[in-house]
Amino acid sequence: MREMTFTDAAREGLTEEMERDPLIFVVGEGIGARGGNFNTTVGLFERFGEWRLRDTPISERGFTGMCIGAAVLGAHPVVDFMFLDFELDALGDIINQASRLSWMSNGQVKVPLVLRGGVGIAATGPHHSSSLYSYFMHLPGLHVVVPVFPADAKGLLKTALRCNDPVIFLEHKKVMKIKGPVPEGELSIPFGKANVVRPGKDLTIVGISYMVVEALNAADELEKQGISVEIIDPRTLAPLDMATILESVSKTHRLLIVDEDFSPCGAGAEIAARVMEEGFYELDAPVRRLNGPFAPAPYSPPLEAGAVPNAQAIVRAVQMLQAE
Amino acid sequence: MNRKKDHEVTLTKEQLLNLLSTMLLIRNCEEQLVKSYARGDIPGGMHMYIGEEAVATGVCAHLKVDDAVFSTHRGHGHALAKGMKPERMIAEVMGKALGCCGGRGGSMHLFEPSVGFFGTSGIVGPSILLATGAGYKARLQGTECVGVAFFGDGASNNGAFHEGINMASAWSLPVVYVCENNLYATEVPLRTITKSPSVAERACGLGLPGVQVDGQDVLAVHKAAGEAIARARRGEGPTLIECLTYRYRPHAEGMRETGYRSAEEIEQWKTRDPINSFKERLLAMGPFDSQDLVALEQSARQTAEQAADFARKSPLPDPKTLTDFVFSEAQHA
Repeated sequence: MREMTFTDAAREGLTEEMERDPLIFVVGEGIGARGGNFNTTVGLFERFGEWRLRDTPISERGFTGMCIGAAVLGAHPVVDFMFLDFELDALGDIINQASRLSWMSNGQVKVPLVLRGGVGIAATGPHHSSSLYSYFMHLPGLHVVVPVFPADAKGLLKTALRCNDPVIFLEHKKVMKIKGPVPEGELSIPFGKANVVRPGKDLTIVGISYMVVEALNAADELEKQGISVEIIDPRTLAPLDMATILESVSKTHRLLIVDEDFSPCGAGAEIAARVMEEGFYELDAPVRRLNGPFAPAPYSPPLEAGAVPNAQAIVRAVQMLQAE
Repeated sequence: MNRKKDHEVTLTKEQLLNLLSTMLLIRNCEEQLVKSYARGDIPGGMHMYIGEEAVATGVCAHLKVDDAVFSTHRGHGHALAKGMKPERMIAEVMGKALGCCGGRGGSMHLFEPSVGFFGTSGIVGPSILLATGAGYKARLQGTECVGVAFFGDGASNNGAFHEGINMASAWSLPVVYVCENNLYATEVPLRTITKSPSVAERACGLGLPGVQVDGQDVLAVHKAAGEAIARARRGEGPTLIECLTYRYRPHAEGMRETGYRSAEEIEQWKTRDPINSFKERLLAMGPFDSQDLVALEQSARQTAEQAADFARKSPLPDPKTLTDFVFSEAQHA
């Protein structure tokens, strides 16, 4: 099968959907002729023109609100924020308008809208590294998508562009250039279907976003030590595929959740609570979480190394949980 | 002044009576709601439009069903002027199942997409941005639709005002921004929170026409809105219209009315009531007699009474529906 980077695969998905639906348009800073800070739209301006690739002023709240209005009228906008941190300027309208309009209007209004932005710590400092997955998981009316592999990037972005509700599409900066197999032709991946990326029998790891990659690295080392871990990539945090996680836990009886984002009220807290409620009697040990420290994202390499869980930290956490 | 005269002459008798009829409908529905509030029939808050009827009426008279209106927390008048049925509006404010949104949002969350009304809002400012998006979509698709944002003077000091109007101006989007300057941002006098008390003048810095009109004169509003909407439909871009107007009721029903404006000021504005002054002008113009106007008044009163009666009799919503339409499609397990 052909290999592509995450970003190239996502862009292929976007291109196919823009060919299909003339009401899809992209807004953002430098997403026109420049092709986007992360190459999300390279080549599309020449193909689709300025009305569908709209370079914007630095008005995050403004162009997000504009896209909500266009979505309400039946367009399908994609807001390309570059970094999730910039999306925060638009949070009021994302929450009060985009996430609630369908409900508030008793189903009379739809908001087909994709909000995409880079997440994660990658020598990017406190204003360009936020993940904040759980902020969006907390809100009724939003889908939260965290693809890791190129095929998922394409398939989930295509699903987002066919969804009639707002989708928060979060792309970790450390996976953007990773290559992987992407099937030719039509590729659509449903929301709410986790992927067991490595089967195992002793312990389950749920990795959030880039932590799936670090968990896979840890799994090889653990295998040498005789510990077989099963790794689950949820792919979407809302909806969250608890069935796949519970099925795995009922097999391994141990669960570690690895998330670079903060621990308190994070994605791992939600997963742990759901396992406690729905799978308590399957557990042989407490659910454990491995997160970064409860501090803003750092810049300097040694600080970053201390802040982001890596394969070695995952190995240690698994060893400790296995011993419980 | 001659220009006003000219505008009257260009309108048909039917158009003139429709303007009066819409203002009367708004006034009478609002009065029904005030009474309902006093009786305890309204479970939450509401902001009355009484005194500002000429603005919604003069603007919406030009709009087609496909033109998209985005409104404010003080939006009953906009909803009715755009074509929402009074009983659907009043039932929603009463929190009833037969309200336009099944009682989910009440006064500040009225939606009726089938007539191009995309909502009142509990947040100040977003109407400006969402209407900008309606304009963008029209331009993208090549239709003649326009987006209309109603907002108050309070929103003119919000970032949404600058961000939204700047983009619409940059890309010549078909949008009309209608500022209802009623002198107070909730209860804070505009003159105390900006050195630039003319909202229309701010258009200069954003590169679009800004016009200030007497918001108590329905014909002045109608004329300015007509020019702005025609300009938008021609693809020449947005216009900012500032309508100088006044609310007679407190900021919200039930709030005290002291400390920020005087009873004399309220009475002074009432002498320029948009409905009374328009009636006087119609009578002075000749083709109408007082019988015509009385008939319109009776009709509006009856419609509002029947709507309120319908709303009172409407069933209450079922809590089982609480999680319906969190998503437009049933995707979550």
